[in-house]
Amino acid sequence: MTNKKHFWNEYQKDIADDNYYYERSCIRQSFFPGSETTFLRILRDELGKTIIDDQNQHTCTGIGYHSDVVQFDTTMTVCARLFSLMSDKGLKNFVPSCVTSFGVFAEVFETWNHFPEELEKTRNYLRKATGREFKVPENIAHPSDIIYKNRKELKAKMKYQLVNRHTGKPLRVVEHIGCHYGKIFSKHAVGGAEFPQVLAGMIEEWGGEVIDYPERRHCCGFGFRQYLVMANRGYSVANTQKKFESMSPYKPDFVLTNCPGCTMFMDRWQYTIAEMEGKTYDENGMGIPVLTYEELAGLLLGYNPWDLGFQVHQVQVEPLLDKIGIEYDPSDKFVGKSGKFLGEPEKPENLIVDYGK
Amino acid sequence: MENKSVVIIGGGPAGIEAANSLANQGLKVTLIEKSDEAGGNIRNWVKLFPDFSNAEDVRANFRNILKNENIEFISNTEISSLYRDGNHWIAKNGSDKTFKADAALLTTGFEVFDAKRKEELGYGIYDNVITSVDFEQMYKSGKITTAEGKVPERIAFLNCVGSRDEKVGNHYCSRVCCINAVKQAIEFKELVPNAKAFCFYMDMRMAGQFYEELYRKSQEKYGVTYIRGRISEAAATMDNRIQIKAEDTLSALPMKMTVDLLVLMVGIESSSSTTELSRQNDVLGLYGFSKSKGLYGNDNLTNQHGLFLAGTCKRPLTLPETFADARSAAIEIVKYLKTI
Amino acid sequence: MKNWGFKISQPRILDFDTADLESYSRLVEKVPSAHRCLMCGACTATCSANVHTEFNFRNTHLMFRRGQFDGLADELDKCMLCGKCKLVCPRGVNTRAIIYNMRIVLSDMNYKSIEL
Ligand SMILES: Cc1cc2nc3c(=O)[nH]c(=O)nc-3n(C[C@H](O)[C@H](O)[C@H](O)COP(=O)(O)OP(=O)(O)OC[C@H]3O[C@@H](n4cnc5c(N)ncnc54)[C@H](O)[C@@H]3O)c2cc1C
Ligand code: SF4
Ligand code: SF4
Ligand code: SF4
Repeated sequence: MTNKKHFWNEYQKDIADDNYYYERSCIRQSFFPGSETTFLRILRDELGKTIIDDQNQHTCTGIGYHSDVVQFDTTMTVCARLFSLMSDKGLKNFVPSCVTSFGVFAEVFETWNHFPEELEKTRNYLRKATGREFKVPENIAHPSDIIYKNRKELKAKMKYQLVNRHTGKPLRVVEHIGCHYGKIFSKHAVGGAEFPQVLAGMIEEWGGEVIDYPERRHCCGFGFRQYLVMANRGYSVANTQKKFESMSPYKPDFVLTNCPGCTMFMDRWQYTIAEMEGKTYDENGMGIPVLTYEELAGLLLGYNPWDLGFQVHQVQVEPLLDKIGIEYDPSDKFVGKSGKFLGEPEKPENLIVDYGK
Repeated sequence: MENKSVVIIGGGPAGIEAANSLANQGLKVTLIEKSDEAGGNIRNWVKLFPDFSNAEDVRANFRNILKNENIEFISNTEISSLYRDGNHWIAKNGSDKTFKADAALLTTGFEVFDAKRKEELGYGIYDNVITSVDFEQMYKSGKITTAEGKVPERIAFLNCVGSRDEKVGNHYCSRVCCINAVKQAIEFKELVPNAKAFCFYMDMRMAGQFYEELYRKSQEKYGVTYIRGRISEAAATMDNRIQIKAEDTLSALPMKMTVDLLVLMVGIESSSSTTELSRQNDVLGLYGFSKSKGLYGNDNLTNQHGLFLAGTCKRPLTLPETFADARSAAIEIVKYLKTI
Repeated sequence: MKNWGFKISQPRILDFDTADLESYSRLVEKVPSAHRCLMCGACTATCSANVHTEFNFRNTHLMFRRGQFDGLADELDKCMLCGKCKLVCPRGVNTRAIIYNMRIVLSDMNYKSIEL
């Protein structure tokens, strides 16, 4: 559907223009290994920005914090150490790769804003533990904010559009911003929490159509505690299932995600549901591909899909590549950086894995 | 007394009723209305709760009142400043028109809550989410239909949209919307007897005469289902119906359903002029409403000599309450004019 | 079959799109005053059975209204049809008739055959 009235334009935020400090996600590099490098490549090569990828960086404690094993005092201090690393580099614009980190930093910021004594306490803790000092960042933006901000400029460089080359129609895309991007502090989200614009803006700019389905705002199913404790995983997968049940009548071509957890669970739980209940949510039994926004931007810019990390996706992306008309070499898929064939992963029983061509 | 004059700002029910009382006592009244006709918000209502009398009859009576030769009715004039000058009150429309009188009555009334501010309810985005004001418009045409022109099989009303909600800064109850939901649910069921009507509420506030009786009748005779729970999310389905989520708090279970039409019972907010003109005269109360001197016996007076208040510029009121308040303001004004 | 160590949780949501709301209409045809119940709970507060069992007439009626029939037949067996509830109802609901007729409608739906 076309959203007629764009009053979510009211939710705009300040997104720094250049000179970023990049904070990587703990889990993305193994879940979706091409995304972060692709982001850095886009920023540096396409947009000519300066972004520091610091080898001394560490966790923000997000997973531990949201699983109740790390206290907020510790979280604030660990975040403060990251800020001090950034201060060392003379940078002021903090860019956390992970949506949960983004939520954690937003929470830390708001806490310091409202309770300056907490900031002082954190300064003390950090000083005692490491002897370090830090400056509070001037700007914090999620990488998706930066891509959103530059979506028009990137479009001009793109080789492909989100158009089905067989039908000429826009591809139909489900977007999922992740709870911690917009729900904790909606003012930090482009477009707010109800009609978030950050991914929708990219999709529309790049030629696709956003699907507004009833469970659009529902959680992806990660839920930290729900997933991390095996006995609770039934809740986790049930949430994902609820979303897919709700979106499947709209026949989405793919799902675009913002957060490592969402990407992981919307992709991998499709396998679990298929294996447990024999159910898939597309017409061909292959599942609905789930892409990160960096992967999508990279694809449309014409980067080699196998440099983007699609090998490790559970739901295969080849049908999507064919729809867009993206060139790729299937025999390259499982060839490592060294040029050696790495072997193919085992195939599931129900979810169809087909490498095409 | 005979040569004394009063300027009334706002040609809604309160302004007209006060003008009527004052003019009948021989005072010269200037009644200023910003839109092209008098009547205020009731220009939008078809039948009035709780007795379904015709709003048109009330409006016809308004037109009669305005024929009174002691009333000068001035339309299309929005007052933007109001102040005291010696023993007189001056009301100005920008810079081109100035009105001078011995006393001023503020009857600038209310505006309905802008439902777009409750984003999660999808008003202005989904065609089949409408407000109680839109419902009246549709009812005027004699048909309640979806955006696709279909007769609804299921309709839901949601109470307290923009009222009793900290998220929009309005802690107060608008007082008219519960009973209005009951009225509209009955009107709907009379048009479409086989359809199902649901009403979602936090508390059913039936505190006017015959309200409870109407509520009871809506259940017994019309089978309207009342569910205690606030809808937290509305979203369109494939066929452009509306999926809503709430808790059925009485059973402590989450619930969802799809309806053809969702009607938001929008609340009463102070009008922008009410807030602005009150601010200019230091009579601004809570939530942008005007503040009277006190609730007990001096509710039409303000801390400014010769400035009076009537109607919903003070707080949410029903029509009969507004009329009574306007008449009592007229009594206070006459009392005041005798002293100067 | 793989042992996953968990199962997909079933929703506990009241889904009004699939719930049977028509059986309640059948009840109301027989006991029109049922519509008037506003769930104040006075009946349950005074109920003789409620003191000694977890039987809750108000809630049983509500679940019936919502089309959630599982377990209701058993619940209704706990009522002694003493009629005490009817004395206190502020809306003049014929509670006893509701109980009686819920049993009939339930047994028609084969929830449990009850000898009446
Ligand atoms: C959805 C809804 C349904 C309702 N239905 C009923 C019902 O069925 N029965 C019932 O008893 N009550 C009903 N009410 C309440 C009823 O509408 C009010 O009691 C009544 O309108 C109050 O009259 P008022 O004159 O105080 O204010 P208003 O009706 O708001 O009139 C104020 C007038 O002042 C004018 N004005 C404002 N600012 C300026 C300015 N600066 N210069 C000049 N003019 C200005 C406005 O244009 C307007 O004409 C309903 C209310 C709502 C929200
Ligand atoms: S009258 Fe009813 S619907 Fe309106 S604000 Fe009060 S409680 Fe809510
Ligand atoms: S006393 Fe009457 S109105 Fe109250 S819950 Fe019982 S049956 Fe319903
Ligand atoms: S009739 Fe049944 S529900 Fe009513 S008071 Fe007696 S035991 Fe309780």
